[in-house]
Amino acid sequence: MANVLANIFGSSPVQPLEKHIGIAFSCAKQLNAFFAAAIKGDWEKAAVVRGEIDRLEHEADDLKKKIRLRLPKSLFMPVPREDLLELLLVQDKIANRTKDVSGVVLGRKLPIPADIADQFLEFVDRNVDAAKQARKSVRELDELFTAGFRGAEVELVTALIEELDQIETDTDDKQAALRAAVYSIEETLNPVDAVFLYQVIELTGEIADMAERVGRRLELLLSH
Amino acid sequence: MEESLVYIGLAAAFGLFMAWGIGANDVANAMATSVGSKALTIKQAIFVAAIFEFLGAVLAGGEVTDTVRKGIVDTGLLENTPKLLVYGMLAALLSAGTWLLIASRNGWPVSTTHSIVGAIVGFSAVGIGVDAVQWGKVGEIVMSWVISPLTAGFIAYLIYQSVQRLILRQEDPLEKAKRYVPVYIFFAAFTITLVTILKGLKHVGLTISLRDAYLLAIAIAVGIALVGALAIRRIQPDKKADKKAHFYTVERVFGVLMIVTACGMAFAHGSNDVANAIGPVAAVIGIATNGSIAAKSALPIWVLVLGGIGIVIGLATFGRHVIATVGKKITQLTPSRGFAAELAAATTIVIASGTGMPVSTTHTLVGAVLGVGIARGIEAIDLRVVARIFVSWVVTIPAGAFLAIVFFFIFKTVLP
Repeated sequence: MANVLANIFGSSPVQPLEKHIGIAFSCAKQLNAFFAAAIKGDWEKAAVVRGEIDRLEHEADDLKKKIRLRLPKSLFMPVPREDLLELLLVQDKIANRTKDVSGVVLGRKLPIPADIADQFLEFVDRNVDAAKQARKSVRELDELFTAGFRGAEVELVTALIEELDQIETDTDDKQAALRAAVYSIEETLNPVDAVFLYQVIELTGEIADMAERVGRRLELLLSH
Repeated sequence: MEESLVYIGLAAAFGLFMAWGIGANDVANAMATSVGSKALTIKQAIFVAAIFEFLGAVLAGGEVTDTVRKGIVDTGLLENTPKLLVYGMLAALLSAGTWLLIASRNGWPVSTTHSIVGAIVGFSAVGIGVDAVQWGKVGEIVMSWVISPLTAGFIAYLIYQSVQRLILRQEDPLEKAKRYVPVYIFFAAFTITLVTILKGLKHVGLTISLRDAYLLAIAIAVGIALVGALAIRRIQPDKKADKKAHFYTVERVFGVLMIVTACGMAFAHGSNDVANAIGPVAAVIGIATNGSIAAKSALPIWVLVLGGIGIVIGLATFGRHVIATVGKKITQLTPSRGFAAELAAATTIVIASGTGMPVSTTHTLVGAVLGVGIARGIEAIDLRVVARIFVSWVVTIPAGAFLAIVFFFIFKTVLP
């Protein structure tokens, strides 16, 4: 029996978007365990964690494709479809960067100097924090829809995004300090390894960058 | 008339079948939101719907039933050939039932009301004569089909905007909800009660002065609002659930309000749609028992009761299944949004019933939902379905008319 009321509602992207950021964060979170193993030189363990990263990144990709397929132009939503798709895109990049950086490290079995090991792990952790904050912010989406993108909820989300910005700035500072630390011991390193070390630092830093971009996209939604 | 038993039997059978279908399919419009958001269990929903659909049909269904019975066809022209009206009304019932079966098989969003009215206009214009149709009335009815979704949409928009401003956008939405929701309950109960008292009760034989009507409506509404406030007081905030979804407890408070509007919607639906089944039946019974049509004949109340019973049987048997299915698909209609749509629709429909206009209750509710959507309250609306509704408007009238004409000529040939 066709019920008009039931069919009037299109598939809402809100829950899938919140689910997607959850997967992206779970993926990024693996980096803590991954780098811990890499620094110890336990490449078997690192490979296992990398397998999990790979799986989660695929899950995020599949969900991203599903969401895109279910957002036809005929869907009437309170915010523009393009904005939601852009948000989805940068969310997905968090998972992508995670896969990239872990791939490079595992592929080369990149040695991370003991001198900077602790500093490096702190840096990774701060990036994961940024991803976590991005997840926290995106999970407010359905509350934002309920409140019609106005009022107390907007203030709450704006505060979350500000916090996200601060975390990202913190990672920038840590990244600069880390680069300086590597520079100071550069001479002692294998030159090719050194170059890739700088690259890995940069790639890891992009996770917080992508998280910050998620915040920017959310802000754009708020401005409607 | 010797064959009167045959006619009455056929009319009652077709009419009950229509009423059963109306109950089974449309009860979900009123109750699915309450069941979907767990404000009511299915058993409770069926129980509540049965009571209010029946009350709506009997207390407020008379005006619309009269329109369908004798407002569309000029019964005066059929003084000498009353049997034609019998054939025609039977044909209209059968045609509407058939069209609905075809439409539901194909998933088309057609309206019971549009089908019946189209069928009656069809057999009258072709089977009897173009002059047999009261085109002025038909024009009014068609206008009401356009005005009712628009009005419901506008009212829903206003209601939801007020909800957002007063409650959902505030720092302390739960406190604000506890304060304002009883007020909404009052207005919901007041409006529906008032319109019913003013417009519907005369068919039950009661008359009441304007001042008394207002006082009675206020009294009833205050009573219901107090009960609602008590129910709200008993709701304990679930800290864990609120952490995950900030508006969890707020929506539970709105759940109480939604039960009230669901009752209102069931009442409104009974009041307007009972006519689709029982209007033609009443016409047939009138002719079969009196031998001719008396334009001024009063609508016997037991006919409304019959329609009400048919609807209740329908919703109690097949309606459970439809409510469960629909309830799962409309999760976007949380209590805060659902009540706005239902209240707007119920109010519009009850006013239409009061003025004797047979409107599509489903399409009015859809209009209300779109109104909430324009207030940015719905996450995603499928506009293709809206387009299909417009198409069904255009197609249903000729389809119902065509089928009615076919059945009319069959009955004319076959029946005594």
